[in-house]
Amino acid sequence: MRPRTLISPAQLGRRRGKVVYWCVFALVMVLFTLVFLGPMYWMVSGGLKTTQEFVKSPPTLVPTSVHPGNYGDAWRVMDLAKLLGNTLYYAFGALAFQLVLDVAAAYSLSKLRPLFGNVILGMMLATLMIPATVLVVPQYLTVLDVPIFERNLLNSPWVIWLPSVTNAFNIFLLKRFFDSIPQELLDAASIDGASALRTLRSVVLPISRPILGVVSIFAVVGVWKDFLWPMLTLPDPGKQTLNVGIYSLASGVPENWLIAALTIASLPTLILFLLFQRNIMSGLTAGGLKG
Amino acid sequence: MSAPTVSKSSPAPVRAPHQLPVRRASLARAVQRNLSAHGFLIGAVLCFSFFSWYPMVREFLLAFQKNKDGRTTWAGWSNLSYVFNDPAFWQAWRNTLLFTGLALVLGFAVPFLVAVLLNEFRHGQGYLRMLVYLPVMLPPVASVLLFKYFYDPGYGLFNRIIGIFGIPDQQWLQSTSTAMISVVVAATWMNMGGATLIYLAALQGIPGELYEAAELDGAGLWHKIWHVTIPQTRLILSLMFLMQIIATMQVFTEPFLLTNGAGPEGSTMTVVYLIYQYAFNFNNYGGAAALGLVLLVLLAGFSAVYVRLGRTQED
Repeated sequence: MRPRTLISPAQLGRRRGKVVYWCVFALVMVLFTLVFLGPMYWMVSGGLKTTQEFVKSPPTLVPTSVHPGNYGDAWRVMDLAKLLGNTLYYAFGALAFQLVLDVAAAYSLSKLRPLFGNVILGMMLATLMIPATVLVVPQYLTVLDVPIFERNLLNSPWVIWLPSVTNAFNIFLLKRFFDSIPQELLDAASIDGASALRTLRSVVLPISRPILGVVSIFAVVGVWKDFLWPMLTLPDPGKQTLNVGIYSLASGVPENWLIAALTIASLPTLILFLLFQRNIMSGLTAGGLKG
Repeated sequence: MSAPTVSKSSPAPVRAPHQLPVRRASLARAVQRNLSAHGFLIGAVLCFSFFSWYPMVREFLLAFQKNKDGRTTWAGWSNLSYVFNDPAFWQAWRNTLLFTGLALVLGFAVPFLVAVLLNEFRHGQGYLRMLVYLPVMLPPVASVLLFKYFYDPGYGLFNRIIGIFGIPDQQWLQSTSTAMISVVVAATWMNMGGATLIYLAALQGIPGELYEAAELDGAGLWHKIWHVTIPQTRLILSLMFLMQIIATMQVFTEPFLLTNGAGPEGSTMTVVYLIYQYAFNFNNYGGAAALGLVLLVLLAGFSAVYVRLGRTQED
């Protein structure tokens, strides 16, 4: 039995209520499908059209002649394999760095409780309050010449990986989850002589699978969707991400190829979403509700 | 909390010679425990130091520095006064406030109404929820270029759709009067999924008895929304309101990609785009930092006042 909502069940049970409910429901189903799925259909089918048909007005709903070859042409001409490979490399590298460093930090802050731990946590969370775009300029100047190490990180994958670790929101999500793990469980492991690392590996991580899934998806999607930072820090066309590469090539290729390229660029995150829908939704609300 | 076990297990009043080693052992243990704890922290702390905390400090320094011929000199308030005297500054702020205002009307209200609507459905909720969140997963370059095609005055879909209702063709992104609203519509489509899902979760936490009680008092649909739904979700609504303002004041990607930066006669040039221009087109890092500082101070001030007001209302 679902909890009752705005409209009372009695009202819905009446004939008029039923009619109104089903009418509104059908209308919303059609409208939402058109508004949210329509553009994606338009994108996939647009990639199958000829250039002439693509810019025809009024547009055709179903391609009059199907040209799947556009996808191959787009793949070749825009060197999508390279762009896709780069993006995957950055995204999964960022994921690895976040999983190792952020999980370790959250575990330490939650369970090992080091001296000044709360100060460090506070300073991390404070970065959420600073408008991110304000930091783009000083961050860019920093990666041009990283202090102490005196390295220029431009055009190297580190420029994506290392800053991605400074994700205070993910640390916050992880720490909150770790906080909910009973201390007795960890004490038992510690009495058995397990080190902190061992406890993390064989007690904490196995229970934390759901939150690790959520954080992983956020990490990958974050890199996949970012635009300004990779545009600034990866100027070399051979090192660019899908977003930046397609943007800079957009004006030089025929429209139908471009649309085919957009479809290809969208596929990976859409598949990720369809596979992990449940985790993403639960993660969103987990972060939002008591935030 | 594993260190104190040593002192606990030792008998309470211990003789002097015995006391020393125990204390030393617990101290050594505490040091060791902290060392390992900080060892787990060090990677993330280093990343934050280099890519978050240091840039924050640097932002303040940059705003008061000048960089000429590779030499950095103290500039006092000159960067700020330079920025304030730039006519583009006021235009960028007008545009940004317009964007924020429009984005609040659309991007704040629409997801809430959609969530209220979806929450009433007994069927297909999973499907509808998925639909609303789908655009959030698209790479922005894909959504933006899609909308660019839809807005095309020649073969774009939007002119065909409004044509059905007898509205004449519009220039959308190419006209100063419609460029900003076109950007906001696209941005709302791209980003509304997250907010909608958060509202839905909040709505599902409202106890049904409240609606029943309201009905006994003879409340209609609007009364129930106004007196039950909104007060019950006020906390999350006010938090999202704040986050929405902070996010929209920083808008960059959507107008940058949709209207190649500034749009017709600069009508979609936002503050962050101006920061970008100062830094990366004019090589004026001081000006960019000064502009960023203005944005930072304004948003921080706004958040502080907002939170304070919310607190006094609570009392």
